[in-house]
Amino acid sequence: MRKLALSDEILLSIEKPARYIGGEVNSVMKKKDEVAIRFAMCFPDVYEIGMSHLGIQILYDMFNRREDVWCERVYSPWVDLDKIMRDKKIPLFALESQDPIRAFDFLGITLQYEMCYTNVLQVLDLSGIPLLSKERQEDCPIVIGGGPCAYNPEPLAAFFDLFYIGEGETVYDALFDLYKACKKEGVPRQEFLRRAARIPGIYVPSLYETTYHEDGTIAAFTPLEADIPAVVEKQVQMDMTDAPYPDAPIVPFIKVTQDRVVLEIQRGCIRGCRFCQAGMIYRPTRERSLSCLKEHADRMLASTGHEEISLSSLSSSDYSELPGIVNYLIEEYQDKKINISLPSLRIDAFSLDVMSKVQDVRKSSLTFAPEAGSQRLRNVINKGLTEEVILQGADEAFHGGWNKVKLYFMLGLPTETEEDRREIAHLAERIAEKYYEIPKEQRNGKCQITVSTSFFVPKPFTPLQWASMFQPGDYLGFAKTVNHEIKAMLNQKSIRYNWHHADVTLLEGVFARGDRRICDVILDAYRRGALYDAWTECWDYDRWLQAFEAVGVDMDFYTMRERSLDEILPWDFIRVGVSKEFLKKEWKKAHEETVTPNCREQCSGCGAAAYHGGVCTMKRA
Amino acid sequence: MKFIGHLDVMRYFQKAIRRAGIDIAYTEGLSPHMIMSFASPLGVGLTSDAEYMDIELRTPISSRAAIDALNRVGVEGISVTGFYEVPEGKANKAMTLVAAADYIVRFRAGYEPERLQRSVQEKEAAACAEERIDLASAVESFCARREIPVWKKTKKSEREVDIRPMIYEMRYVPVMEQSKAKAESDAEEEKTAANPGAVFLRLASGSAANLKPELVMDALLGSYGVEASPFAYEINRCELYADTTSDTAQKTDESVTVMCAGETRRLTPLGALGREIL
Repeated sequence: MRKLALSDEILLSIEKPARYIGGEVNSVMKKKDEVAIRFAMCFPDVYEIGMSHLGIQILYDMFNRREDVWCERVYSPWVDLDKIMRDKKIPLFALESQDPIRAFDFLGITLQYEMCYTNVLQVLDLSGIPLLSKERQEDCPIVIGGGPCAYNPEPLAAFFDLFYIGEGETVYDALFDLYKACKKEGVPRQEFLRRAARIPGIYVPSLYETTYHEDGTIAAFTPLEADIPAVVEKQVQMDMTDAPYPDAPIVPFIKVTQDRVVLEIQRGCIRGCRFCQAGMIYRPTRERSLSCLKEHADRMLASTGHEEISLSSLSSSDYSELPGIVNYLIEEYQDKKINISLPSLRIDAFSLDVMSKVQDVRKSSLTFAPEAGSQRLRNVINKGLTEEVILQGADEAFHGGWNKVKLYFMLGLPTETEEDRREIAHLAERIAEKYYEIPKEQRNGKCQITVSTSFFVPKPFTPLQWASMFQPGDYLGFAKTVNHEIKAMLNQKSIRYNWHHADVTLLEGVFARGDRRICDVILDAYRRGALYDAWTECWDYDRWLQAFEAVGVDMDFYTMRERSLDEILPWDFIRVGVSKEFLKKEWKKAHEETVTPNCREQCSGCGAAAYHGGVCTMKRA
Repeated sequence: MKFIGHLDVMRYFQKAIRRAGIDIAYTEGLSPHMIMSFASPLGVGLTSDAEYMDIELRTPISSRAAIDALNRVGVEGISVTGFYEVPEGKANKAMTLVAAADYIVRFRAGYEPERLQRSVQEKEAAACAEERIDLASAVESFCARREIPVWKKTKKSEREVDIRPMIYEMRYVPVMEQSKAKAESDAEEEKTAANPGAVFLRLASGSAANLKPELVMDALLGSYGVEASPFAYEINRCELYADTTSDTAQKTDESVTVMCAGETRRLTPLGALGREIL
């Protein structure tokens, strides 16, 4: 039997001890003396969230296929165990071997959302690894960051030894081989980092320097040494069909958020919504072949025993073989009582037909994401969904027996007016009216329309990356307008409205577009006790305000300012395919309320064609 | 596996059955689920050698094949040891059949109540203000009592209950006789003088009468004024029984007899109710 890192007494006195014991079906055990590299893969949030992430499952499988690497997992201990570990000085450990992280060669941390940044420090701290990269000793693990937030790594620059920019499938082998060679030669840590910086996609923050103008904007961002590249190239896995994909994902003992087989049908999105970072950084859109998807689905269902399979992509309806894969899954698995879940589908005749086959219509709801209430504002953000399409989809669905609709919007978009906000209520009202047009005897009771708004956060590498944000009081005012207008609608009893907290949004905005000066704020807030900022029960805005104050960083500089187009942005040194010129053009078109066609309709010359593949090289209709 | 809750153990088996390709039956209706039920949910923190569950198959499979298939797709710490066909009338009823359970209760290393430790006697017998308790004789005199009233907490109230009739058997187990698997892995620890030995319990279990092993141990120690610290007990469930007293057809070598409220009752391990599928 494996010896657990935590005693029975500790495990029996905390919530969900199964988070910390490993040993799940399909987790990988190796002998530590027989591998050259021990890699601890971390998702800096609680187990149930971290275990639901596809990217880690892909890399875990890919790394462990190498005989010389043993990749294990580690997640943020929940606050109950966090306290015990600090009190009793128990070092953070990996789930598989239960060995301390401090003894590993690499600690890889995936950065999926900004509000996990203090958890990154928690993981380092509990592991006994100095929080600052420059203070790490020779025998410390190499701390490497990746994931979407690594596209602006600067607010975390001080805490990471390196960042991997882009998709994980491409250069990890080169990095591991270099590490092995350096270990053999006895090359010191700093020299390994210097050599790693020459691998495309690897960014070593300590080898670069940022200087600032008097007004606080960046004057220059430059490598400190001659042979360190000035530009870091995003990594892209161009061939999705032959890309590594796990045959046997880990099956947790406890119920996790994504308790099902996840089948990634394509990467990237052709739509080009101007607020969406994923839609830009994952360009070009690349599909997996139907035959490979069928094989993956069969293998993963057999190896996990999961009772549900979910298709994953940014916009499933745009996958050209969607009917093929959906019909295959229905034919093959409905008899075996396997549920099929289809998120991010556009509501049309096909999707309604499929959904009525795979779901209980009375229980399920339809989801639309118009993102903005008025057509004018939808044109600004290039959300190609029209009111006509929404109403028609809702009408068809209502006739098909559905009566629940969820609508998602953003508030605080550039150029947004009172009228745009009120239109959110009007759109919901018109959907309700569609429902009540159906004769009473054919209806299924009342309809339930749920309107949810979040506040817009400008993200790097999007056409709206220059936009200003608003003060918390303004955001709440926006939400109040919507709420007030909904209450004035005829069918207001059929419409429910939810909105988010405003202060978290501002901090997310700071982290998303911050520079290296934000590192001190994060460190200070962490020392004041900030942790699990994505969790409402742990969130404390005052602590953050104190941290900004103590460090002397002006939050408004990052949030309340529309950047000028010639300003050097902290992430400008990363090349993602989509060019800054294209983003500027899109920013202007946003203000002109002009729509840009999607990649299948017409190439708009974003720059991703440089990768020579995916939708860029496909024939257009 | 003792950290995995009962519902998650069920989820584990639902997925394991699918991985093993066993053709299980489902309920009818809009959201069909596997026809599967556990005899007696095991609490978090307890280990067990004898968990039972009922399933219904659409396609028959031999015991050997089923055991192999389930263990091939299983994890360390959970193994399937038997797979039996249950006769009509007893199928899908494991939960209502349970009448008794066997447990071994040991003291967790480092949590042995001081007055039970064997080392105390040798070290400072004279200096010790309170007398040392010998677990073996304590168990003996505890069992000799006619009545053992204890305060039992329920959701609503607290009331005094006589637990003696629900204790079918209770005896002292010397250190080396404890569960073999434990003795091997913890051989070192077993030798330490702190270990006072273990207690074997055969208790009423199930819906009619149910007695928890912790409660018996608390009562035993309580009668000497000793309060065990949290986590002091390490409990292993060793067997689950059905009451087969009135079932004349059901006679197996594995059955045991116990005295319950002046009557002799025959208990049969749940596994012995079914037969191997060839």
